[in-house]
Amino acid sequence: MSSDGDGEGAAPSVESVTGTGIPVRGNDIDTDQIIPARFMKVVTFEGLGEFAFFDQRYDEDDEPKDHSFNDERFHGANVLIVNANFGCGSSREHAPQALKRWGIDAVVGESFAEIFAGNCLALGIPTVTASPEAIGALQAHVEENPATRIEVDVERETVRYGDTAVDTRVDTAQREALVEGNWDTTTLLGANPDEVKETAASLPYVDG
Amino acid sequence: MSEGTLYDKVWDRHKVRTLPNGQDQLFVGLHLIHEVTSPQAFGMLRERDLEVARPDLTHATVDHIVPTDDQSRPYADDAAEEMMAELEENVRDAGIEFEHPGTDDQGIVHVIGPEQGITQPGKTIVCGDSHTSTHGAFGALAFGIGTSQIRDVLATQTVAMEKQKVRRIEVTGELGEDVAAKDVILTIIRRLGTDGGVGYVYEYADEAVESLGMEGRMSICNMSIEGGARAGYVNPDETTYEWLRETDEFRDDPERFERMKEYWESIRSDEDAEYDDVVTIDGSAIEPVVTWGTTPGQGIGVTEPVPDPEELPEDKRDTARRAQEHMRVEPGETMEGYDVDVAFLGSCTNARLPDLRAAARIVEGREVHDDVRGLVVPGSQRVKAAAEAEGIDEVFREAGFEWRGAGCSMCLGMNEDQLVGDEACASSSNRNFVGRQGSKDGRTVLMSPKMVAAAAVTGEVTDVRDLPESEVVNA
Ligand code: SF4
Repeated sequence: MSSDGDGEGAAPSVESVTGTGIPVRGNDIDTDQIIPARFMKVVTFEGLGEFAFFDQRYDEDDEPKDHSFNDERFHGANVLIVNANFGCGSSREHAPQALKRWGIDAVVGESFAEIFAGNCLALGIPTVTASPEAIGALQAHVEENPATRIEVDVERETVRYGDTAVDTRVDTAQREALVEGNWDTTTLLGANPDEVKETAASLPYVDG
Repeated sequence: MSEGTLYDKVWDRHKVRTLPNGQDQLFVGLHLIHEVTSPQAFGMLRERDLEVARPDLTHATVDHIVPTDDQSRPYADDAAEEMMAELEENVRDAGIEFEHPGTDDQGIVHVIGPEQGITQPGKTIVCGDSHTSTHGAFGALAFGIGTSQIRDVLATQTVAMEKQKVRRIEVTGELGEDVAAKDVILTIIRRLGTDGGVGYVYEYADEAVESLGMEGRMSICNMSIEGGARAGYVNPDETTYEWLRETDEFRDDPERFERMKEYWESIRSDEDAEYDDVVTIDGSAIEPVVTWGTTPGQGIGVTEPVPDPEELPEDKRDTARRAQEHMRVEPGETMEGYDVDVAFLGSCTNARLPDLRAAARIVEGREVHDDVRGLVVPGSQRVKAAAEAEGIDEVFREAGFEWRGAGCSMCLGMNEDQLVGDEACASSSNRNFVGRQGSKDGRTVLMSPKMVAAAAVTGEVTDVRDLPESEVVNA
């Protein structure tokens, strides 16, 4: 019935992500900064990538400002490196969607807002955490050496670059889901309709 | 781990099974949807050839993009019209009940659920909106979800979630004169931090919370998310039941009400429930709060000085410095006297009838300051109608406020109601993030409805306690 637990989930397994990094510094970067609300007046997520961090990247006259997302050295990067409480604020999935469509495949940071991390997982994007020191060092390294290969190993909870290996933490459920390819929850949740009916029937407020 | 709390009980009753990744599959009792976060989810459903599993447990409204002035169709803004049309089609195809402006029941999703009585104790409620925590005021387990999860709920009426810890927040004592629920929650967030609630659900309790009406409890639960907690709740009690008895759901069915009340009583936290953490806050010491920065955690009592970033914990300094630069405030000064250009009375935090009444009492007999644009946006069409029946709209209009239709409006500036340039706004909403109100240079000062009213008439942040009501009424 269900394909759980066998490593044959409905979605591709994400054991690790390899590529180059792009730092975005600052604590408490909220989803309004990641994708301003005015770009959410859309009925699909397509094309959101170009609006990622828009207000941080452009001034009033739409002239580009100093921001890593405008910096050519980081074009093609797929590992975003952030600080604390990244993705706080609104529950909009438009935020990880915009990052994904810009090209981000993994986010490494000091800490993440929960809904944001959950929304990332739903897209198969790992959100892994490390100590502030390790994050600071990685950001500094990437700023100096944008071409450095970074490997975000979800399964082993490490991030490797150059000669450095950083211990990271990946939420257990997230790691399972990514590694087993079980992050597509619709398939998982749709596998036991009879059980769902039973639970519904046991609730005093649900009819039928 | 917590035991015997409302959270534990409601969770257990809705748990279908444990998923292989360790998360739980939870049955969803009520799924609320709106136009901004649902169209992509319906799109994903179509791609997979799936149907909406329980349209009878799904309820839709339109709030974020609706114009609050001219609501004739098609809307002047093409993008808004497109989103509205998409929602109309999706709910029609799926057979989902939809409160649109034509029904007289439309409003902000977190205002209409409680209003109609579909928000109930012991229900699991989800919505693609972080302020879904509002519904916790009724003792529901309510949380915001992302679009992929909306797809899950549409397709299966269940959601995959991890159980969290429970922190009980006891706000003791009696609140002072002119101190509102908003001041309580801003104080809690200031104390515990904007990320202090990560991993927790908040149970709000004790005298200062339990003495509040449902609207005040909703204001508190609403901003749980601003404190990092995905959900917050208050145990249901007589105040809750009084509210529900009069709603559409139960008005004509007292028997059903009694039956449900038994269930509601059964899910209250036990006297000897165990919590993962307990925090106590002296409610009698809280004064009207205003924010000085760009996160809801950056609040102070209106008579307190703005903090010096250098004296804050190291991880807060950088954010504080940038916030003060953006807001143009100086450490050591109070926020009193901070010039405002716009006064916004609205949002799912503070646009219910008692909020409007409280503000109207301050406004009555006064005029909106010449340099201020004042906007009142009721939370729902029903709130609007009730306020009009009491003549509150006249009080606001005579004072020079604009009296608008229901919607989110300037809370997030997705319709035409936006700050312009570097305008400063005294706002009864919940977020003061940079750019939140539609202009990236706009400056938002969060406060209670009465404080917004006081700022509107003086043109600057003002301690409402210095504007006695009685004097006004006789003026
Ligand atoms: S009023 Fe503001 S916070 Fe509430 S649902 Fe609307 S946009 Fe969100």
